Amino acid sequence: MNASNSIGIVSAQHAHFNTPFSCKSGAVLPSYELVYETYGTLNSDKSNAVLVCHALSGHHHVAGYYADDLKNVGWWDTMIGPGKPIDTEKFFVIGLNNLGGCHGSTGPISINPATGKPYGASFPVVTVEDWVESQAHLADKLGINQFAAVLGGSLGGMQALQWSLAYPGRVRHVLAIASAPRLTAQNIAFNDVARNAILTDPDFYGGNYYEHGVVPTRGLRLARMLGHITYLSNDAMADKFGRGLRSDKYSYSYDIDFEIESYLRYQGDKFAAYFDANTYLLMTKALDYFDPAREYNDDLNKAFAAARANFLVLSFTTDWRFAPERSRAIVKALLHNRLKVSYAEITSTHGHDSFLMQHTHYHNVMRAYFDNIASEFTA
Amino acid sequence: MSTHDHSTLTATRPDFAAIAAWIPPGASVLDLGCGDGSLLRYLQGTSKVQGYGVEISDDNIVACIQNQVNVIQGDLESGLSGFESNAFDYVILSQTLQATRHTEPLMQEMLRVGREGIVSFPNFGYWRNRMNILQGNMPVSEDLPYQWYDTPNIHLCTLHDFETFCHDNKMTILDRRVMTGDSEIKLLPNLLGSTAVYRFKRAV
Repeated sequence: MNASNSIGIVSAQHAHFNTPFSCKSGAVLPSYELVYETYGTLNSDKSNAVLVCHALSGHHHVAGYYADDLKNVGWWDTMIGPGKPIDTEKFFVIGLNNLGGCHGSTGPISINPATGKPYGASFPVVTVEDWVESQAHLADKLGINQFAAVLGGSLGGMQALQWSLAYPGRVRHVLAIASAPRLTAQNIAFNDVARNAILTDPDFYGGNYYEHGVVPTRGLRLARMLGHITYLSNDAMADKFGRGLRSDKYSYSYDIDFEIESYLRYQGDKFAAYFDANTYLLMTKALDYFDPAREYNDDLNKAFAAARANFLVLSFTTDWRFAPERSRAIVKALLHNRLKVSYAEITSTHGHDSFLMQHTHYHNVMRAYFDNIASEFTA
Repeated sequence: MSTHDHSTLTATRPDFAAIAAWIPPGASVLDLGCGDGSLLRYLQGTSKVQGYGVEISDDNIVACIQNQVNVIQGDLESGLSGFESNAFDYVILSQTLQATRHTEPLMQEMLRVGREGIVSFPNFGYWRNRMNILQGNMPVSEDLPYQWYDTPNIHLCTLHDFETFCHDNKMTILDRRVMTGDSEIKLLPNLLGSTAVYRFKRAV
C-alpha cells in the first residue's frame, strides 16, 4: 500500500535551549541545541504527535530526503510517510538527534562556550533518562503536552520505555521494538570491546583528538565491525555471504579472502568516515546504564508501576543481541501492572537489524496499531 | 494457535454468550488461543473485562490488534511461563482444548495463572458423532469440520471423559452449559449436546 510514497523533501530544524541542563551524572550543560525534523501536520488539539527515538547510530533524519541530497533518505523511511504504517497524513511525526549525538545536536564535537574548543572528552556521559528529559523540553517548545505515541527500536525502544516511566501523563502509547529492559552481561561485554577498540586507538588522545587534527578511525571501524556482526543473524550472514571468496582461490596472506571480510571492512570504513568516536562511546554507555529496575531492587514490576501508557512490544526471532526473551520480560512487567499491552514476535532472518527492514508482517502489525491510535483522535 | 484456522469466528458463536454470562463486569480474563480476538472483543463489550489473548498465528495477531484486543504472541504448548500465578480471574480455552498436544499440563497451567478456568469443546459423545462412527466413518460436522487426515483435533473427548479428567486432576467443576446450536441441552447432555462449556477451579 503506497510503500513507495515518500514524505518528500524535508529539512532539519534547530531548537536552542538557554536554560542549563542537569545530567543524571551531575554534570551541567550551560546551554544546548537539538536538531530535529517533523513530518505531517500537528492537529488543532495537538493530539497526533509521535516521537521517534533513535538507536545507537541513528539521528533526526528519519523520513524523506533533502533537496540538495536526494539520495539521503531517512533511516526509517519505509515506516513513516503518506500511507505508510505511521501515516503522515494522520500523524505529526518528530525525529531528533539526541544530546551527545554527532548529527547537529550538542555533543562532543560541539564547541564548549566556556573554552571555545570542542567538548571532546569533557562532554558529559548522558543517559537514556537525560535524553527523555531533553526530548520533553523539545516537546514543550513545540507545544506538545502529550504524545499520541513515543517509539523506537533498540536503544530507541529504551527511550520510549523511559517516557512511560518519567512522564506517564505525557504519552498515550509506547512502542518498544527489538529492545530490552536492560542489557545482559554479554551485551555490555560487546559494548566494552567496542569501546576498547576506540579508547586504545593511538589517535584517540583521551577523547581530545579534534585538536590533534586526527580521528581514531581504526578503533571506530573495529567497533562498528564488531557491532555489525552482532546485529546480523548467523543465518542471514550465511545466506548473504556463506564462505564466498572474492577471487576463486585463497591468497595465503592476511588480505581479504572472504566476502564477509570485505563487507565488514566496507561497513567499518563507511561508518568511521562520518560517525564521531566520542558519540559512539557515549551511546554505548547509555545502553549499558539503562536499567529502570535498578532503583527498585531489580524488580522490574515495581519500576513499571508508574507507567500509564498502552504498549506494543515487538521482537524478532533471530535477534540475539536484543533477544525475544528480553522483550518478554518487558511484557511480563507490564502485565503485572495490568497495563494494556500487545506483543508480537516477528519471524525474520535479519537479526537485530530487522527493526529497520521492510517486512510485510512487521509493517502490518505497526499499521494496525497506529490505525487504532489514529482512531482515538479522529473519532 | 494453529487450532484457530477456522478463524472466521464471529461474536454470534453460541458459547460466547454462555461464557459472558459467567464473567462479572471488570474481571480480568486471559483467552488462550484467542484467534482473531472475537471472544475478548465480545466480552469487552458485554462485561467490560480487562482482557488479554494468547495467539501463535501472525495473521491473528494483526486481527486482534485490529479488533482492539490485547494479544500476546506465544505457543500454548510451551506453557504459560510468561504469566504470573493467580494473575487473572478467568483463563479461557475456547474450542481449543481438543487441539492441544500437552492438554493435561495446560489445564494445570490454566489454574495456576487463573482463579478459575473456562473450557469449551465439541462433545465427541454427541449422537451424530456416534452415528457416524456406527456407520463406520469419522465424524464430520459443523463442530468438527475436519477430515481425519487434516484435523488439528488430536484430543477429542466426551462430557464424561472431561468430567472424569477434572476429577482425577483435582479440579472442581463449578458450572456447565451444554448446547446444540443456540439451544441449551438439559436432557441427556452427553448424547444430545454438540458443544460443552465448563467453569472449574482447583479442588481445595
